[in-house]
Amino acid sequence: MSDLLVELSRFQFAFTALIHFIFVPLTIGMSFLLVIMETTYVITGNKIYREMTQFWGKLFGINFAMGVATGLTMEFQFGTNWAYYSHYVGDIFGVPLAIEGMMAFFLESTFVGLFFVGWKRLSKYQHLLVTFLVAIGSNMSALWILIANGWMQNPVGAAFNPDTMRMELSSFSDLIFNPVAQAKFVHTVSAGYTVGSVFVLAISAWYLLRGKHIEFAKRSFAIAAGFGLAAISSAIILGDESGYTVGDVQKAKMAAIEAEWETAPAPASFTLFGLPNQEKMETDYAIRIPWLLGLIATRSVDEQVKGLKDIIADNEVRIQRGIKAWSALQQLRNNKQDKAASQQLKRYQDDLGYGLLLHSYTKHIDQATPEQIHQAAVHSVPRVAPLFFTFRLMVICGMVLLVLFIAASWGVYRNNFMRNRLLLRAAIFALPLPWIAAELGWFVAEYGRQPWTISGILPTSLSTSSLSAASVGTSLGAFVVFYAALTCVEMYLMIKYARKGPDALHAH
Amino acid sequence: MFDYETLKLIWWLLLGVLFIGFGVTGGFDLGVGAMLRIIGRTDDDRKVMINCIGPTWDGNQVWLILGAGAVFAAWPLIYASAFSILYPAMLAALFALFFRPTGFEYRAKIADTRWRAFWDWGLVIGGAVPTLVFGVAFGLVLEGIPFHYDADMRIIMDGSVMDALTPFALFAGVVSLVMVSMHGSAFLNVKARGSVQEQARRWLRILAILLVALFALGGVWVATNLQGYVLHSTGDFNHALTPLNQHVTRVAGAWINNFHNMPWMWFAPALGLLGAVLTALLRTMPMLALISSGLSVSGVILTAGFAAFPFMLPSSSLPDQSLTIWNASASEHSLGLMLIAACIFIPLILMYTSWVYRVLRGPVRVEEVNKGEYGTY
Repeated sequence: MSDLLVELSRFQFAFTALIHFIFVPLTIGMSFLLVIMETTYVITGNKIYREMTQFWGKLFGINFAMGVATGLTMEFQFGTNWAYYSHYVGDIFGVPLAIEGMMAFFLESTFVGLFFVGWKRLSKYQHLLVTFLVAIGSNMSALWILIANGWMQNPVGAAFNPDTMRMELSSFSDLIFNPVAQAKFVHTVSAGYTVGSVFVLAISAWYLLRGKHIEFAKRSFAIAAGFGLAAISSAIILGDESGYTVGDVQKAKMAAIEAEWETAPAPASFTLFGLPNQEKMETDYAIRIPWLLGLIATRSVDEQVKGLKDIIADNEVRIQRGIKAWSALQQLRNNKQDKAASQQLKRYQDDLGYGLLLHSYTKHIDQATPEQIHQAAVHSVPRVAPLFFTFRLMVICGMVLLVLFIAASWGVYRNNFMRNRLLLRAAIFALPLPWIAAELGWFVAEYGRQPWTISGILPTSLSTSSLSAASVGTSLGAFVVFYAALTCVEMYLMIKYARKGPDALHAH
Repeated sequence: MFDYETLKLIWWLLLGVLFIGFGVTGGFDLGVGAMLRIIGRTDDDRKVMINCIGPTWDGNQVWLILGAGAVFAAWPLIYASAFSILYPAMLAALFALFFRPTGFEYRAKIADTRWRAFWDWGLVIGGAVPTLVFGVAFGLVLEGIPFHYDADMRIIMDGSVMDALTPFALFAGVVSLVMVSMHGSAFLNVKARGSVQEQARRWLRILAILLVALFALGGVWVATNLQGYVLHSTGDFNHALTPLNQHVTRVAGAWINNFHNMPWMWFAPALGLLGAVLTALLRTMPMLALISSGLSVSGVILTAGFAAFPFMLPSSSLPDQSLTIWNASASEHSLGLMLIAACIFIPLILMYTSWVYRVLRGPVRVEEVNKGEYGTY
């Protein structure tokens, strides 16, 4: 595989996935906000809540269309650009995707049309049910996608089959109850609820500042403030760091996020800030808080947090074992009856992936030099600085939002938020923050898994299709042009309809 | 519950169900899109057409997404091979499909002629291009694609994808476009009133007759001229197999063998032809014509599947490494699990989808659309 092809394929995936995730969290969050608004309408009978459901629903629809369009790319892209990956792990990875389609995406997509056109054709209870099913569908969708992604981070319940040259599913319950997947799901949907809440909060604040649609905006603001406070609290407290304690690659990711070069005696101190230096493997100008990392990472005072240098040393041993697995596999291919090779493979197969890391350094893995093995080990952990900074930026965004939602909720509780111009302005300026945090979060999760697509099993450099770099370069250019144009259109319509406000409902 | 061999067969049938599900529901949506500028002469016409499918097209398209997802999970090697080898074609379909969610949702949002004309053409592309690509893909499944595998099961392309654009593949693309346009017209004939219904009915007859002619011609082509594939030896179907250890030959007309060996299979091409004939004849009874059209679509899809059985993606450059239902499937465990999921969820999907269609039943008229009574599209 040429390096350029791998880099272009990665860049295309990152670009299309990050753009997709502009729209997805808003769908996830808004759908439940719509359920809350419509439930209030059904219970109180107050028409303004129906109007709210319809108006915010209109903005939801503009966003939803882009979520569907960009989501298609994700469904295609594993096959088009990551063909070896798809062959190698499709037996496991494809299962949650197929179930997602049957259980969640069908539900969401079938009822979303009825949400828009069903107001006159359905009783109010039926319509509420439809809205609820759209919300359930979009959230279940997130669950199955994150089970698939969680498996990439911590591949449990699977084993290598030398007959088919791929990984195969051995335990479905391990797959769905993967602790990493569970942590990711809670954290990701909480982030989605936060995005939805900030969206409603900011636009409502904008109306209030201009003295427009007061009754409408007041109620919207109040609902968003309450829901948002719960959402951001959950996103912070149930941050998916809890998922970093299982799986060796997850541990390496955390060590990189925390710039933890050495294994410190427990409980480790937390590096608040500093300048990570990859060459010297140390952090310059580090500001450390004693004990904190140990507490966060291990939830204990006596467990150690393993540092990157020790992880690299461990991985060097695993690469050597991986060479044995790889050699056994070659012998087995020539002679299926080779019992000794079969036993050797069985003994070392957990490290086969580490052997494959050498592919970037030599075509003959069993003849790798100690220097090549050392190089592969050094590069078996992600680069520290990008993770160190993006993670901290994400946390800062989260903290700012927490303060905003506490202030907003307090204002709602005291019933004085309409006159608090500072709060309303802050709500408007906070609009991009939850998106920035969500995108940074995905960067940390995916970049932090490098050099793997499937942690410890399949290196990224081996996962691509056998395409020419020119083909992928061309398609990447086309994606950039299409996505930029469509996103501009989406934002234009969103701003246009947000400006019009709820009056637009009557002047159809 | 079932042995591995049976599971592979069941998943081949289920894939057929998903493709037919998409052909019959998503098919008329694509057809309405493709015919948008032909049947819809005025802005009002086109508004009616879009509102006929606006609330339901999204759900229908999930059959396609689920089809792709099921190929990924149940036939990982086919998903990996087909999608990467046909890279430019798959991306053309994908980019064209971008115009659908955006077109349906955004077209009505601004009352400007150029804006609407832009999205109209977007919806035409979004209907016609994927339909052509899927048809070409079916043609290639019969014709074979140049690829093989190395010992690591890495897919190697032998030649460019442009070599694969053979006359037969392009012909299959045209059949697909005619079929889907017929089905879209049949749906408009049921759902629309006024000038759209009149135009749809006129086109319905033309397209149905054209489909009969093309489908029959395709049959003769396949029977006499086209190189089919014959599987001679492979391992035990009940075991995990790879395409690396089998023997396959290419023989002209071999795709007809299955129909000779299992004559009941003739019902599929018969359904394809008879359905289209009935569609033309019953066009003044819209509901019956739509059902006939749906049966015709199902018959055409089944015919291709039956002809190729057990092949799913033959290799033209190294026929011995062709993919079949026996050597390209997921593990027994995964197939079994997903079968359970399919048995639970597919009946549920059919139930709630029919409820949604029942709620939205009734014709779409231009007056209601302009009053905004029907919806927002």
